[in-house]
Amino acid sequence: MATDRIIAVLSGKGGTGKTLVSVNLAACAENATYIDCDTEEPNGHLFLKPTITEQKTIFSEKPVVDQSKCTACGKCVKACAFNALALVGKNLLIFNEVCHSCGLCSAICKQQALVQQQYPIGSVVQGTSKTLQFYSGQMNIGESSAVPIIKELLKKTHEGIVIIDSPPGSGCLVTETIDHADFCLLVAEPTIFGAHNLAMVHELVTLMGKKCAVLLNKTQAGANPSEEYALKHNLKILGSLAYDEHLAQLSSNALLACEEEEQYRQFFSNLLKEVLDASDSHTQR
Amino acid sequence: MLQILILSGKGGTGKTTVASSFIKLNQAKAYADCDVDAPNLHLVSGQFPEKQDRDYFGLPKAVIDQDLCNGCNRCYEVCHFDAIVVKDGHYSVNPIACEGCSYCMHVCKANAITMHDEPAGLLHLYTRSDEHFSTATLLMGSGTTGKLVTEVKKQLEGAKETAEVAILDGSPGIGCPVIASLSGVDLALMVAEPSLSGISDLKRVVQSAKQLKVPVAVMVNKHDTNEAICSDIETYCKEEGLPFVGKVPYDTEAVRAINEGKTLIEIESKGSEAMKDAYYKTLQVLKEYKGL
Repeated sequence: MATDRIIAVLSGKGGTGKTLVSVNLAACAENATYIDCDTEEPNGHLFLKPTITEQKTIFSEKPVVDQSKCTACGKCVKACAFNALALVGKNLLIFNEVCHSCGLCSAICKQQALVQQQYPIGSVVQGTSKTLQFYSGQMNIGESSAVPIIKELLKKTHEGIVIIDSPPGSGCLVTETIDHADFCLLVAEPTIFGAHNLAMVHELVTLMGKKCAVLLNKTQAGANPSEEYALKHNLKILGSLAYDEHLAQLSSNALLACEEEEQYRQFFSNLLKEVLDASDSHTQR
Repeated sequence: MLQILILSGKGGTGKTTVASSFIKLNQAKAYADCDVDAPNLHLVSGQFPEKQDRDYFGLPKAVIDQDLCNGCNRCYEVCHFDAIVVKDGHYSVNPIACEGCSYCMHVCKANAITMHDEPAGLLHLYTRSDEHFSTATLLMGSGTTGKLVTEVKKQLEGAKETAEVAILDGSPGIGCPVIASLSGVDLALMVAEPSLSGISDLKRVVQSAKQLKVPVAVMVNKHDTNEAICSDIETYCKEEGLPFVGKVPYDTEAVRAINEGKTLIEIESKGSEAMKDAYYKTLQVLKEYKGL
């Protein structure tokens, strides 16, 4: 069994247990790499308590205007697709919050009045937690796009098993996060909310040509719309984790269930094996 | 029309459960689902006799005309989003990565690149007598969602005169959809979960709202799952001077309610009364902020 594998854990809906599953899977795999791509609200470090060995600030380029060179010709204002520039009288204003850092304005300014400057948007840390390599990114508060931070996190190639803790949703951050994944594990809650968002991420991963399977979390007596969705769409279900007050307690205190309880070590070790098997097969798309 | 936005930082703390309960209690005439990445409010909002759909266009995407392209590589060099794909000397655009800036088009001397509008989703406006419910469906892979959130909110403008309060269900995180949803609201109610992750995420979203000068109130959902951390959250609110509007206990019945398309206050739940208290306190806080 080949063990070089990038596994992304995602869900669409928030709070279904992505981090719980990611950190426990990573902890059960020897010498693996865990990457927290939920850069808006990263939590993996709370569970894995890594020793941080390196920290790096991530920058984005934003234009700065030299008013002495600017002739207020308005070319940049017209060209900017994001409405990040505006002329008020002869003054050029720049709105960093909506700037996508594409660099076009500087390129087309004949007066060279717009210079791209490095602007910090967040950071990436690297460390170790037992045998695990740990990476996590954090976006600065007030920034709008964490895409460059996620790109930095996923730039390096790693040997062995890589577990990626994905952000919630199904937008650009998730697309960026799972772009290089070999396999997507979709964590779903037993509600119509969970099932609806499962359907959305299932559509996304299918569009991106990724193999995937489902883990049912917080299951309880009664109907499970997520399970029904998976069965109806021939999505493989790799496991089912019942709602358990004790597990909820452990997680709320950011403790690793697989280290605290033998039954959870067994569950996540088995899940890891299932994930690796499923990502090996070529049938599940 | 005053706007209350429900946020949480962390996902799955119960934003939609709180929003749908508040909508019911308020008999709200205007409400919206700003979580366009993973919308769910429509699943517990009942049937609407009328529904208007409108195409939503995000930013245009670049397209390369293979016949005109001379393979000069300029587009590849300038693209900041790694959206130009080169395969066997052929140039094309990955529409998922393209953000629509048109830098490539500007540098293409062969005029091979044009920008094309592409539908990125659908806006829905549901009406039931004078009730307005705005939501959207994002087309998978179309990316940036902040602009769509702004459009969802704009659709409520028609209810401005009739609705006293608009209730907006937000998205998790603190990035572009959250920033777009925060703009112009009168109060952000943070639904926190009593966990170490929950408290860490709460602090980040509170700071985000503060930076945009939006007043904040806090409530805790599933408070009995970790009483110790719940009281840490209450202490944090006191220290920060944030109004704490209530705590709702965990109840497995909430799952049943959701699956029946109902709100928490429509079923027999130990959380119903606490939810009502939180609603009245939230309105009170809103009025105090507004000097009403």
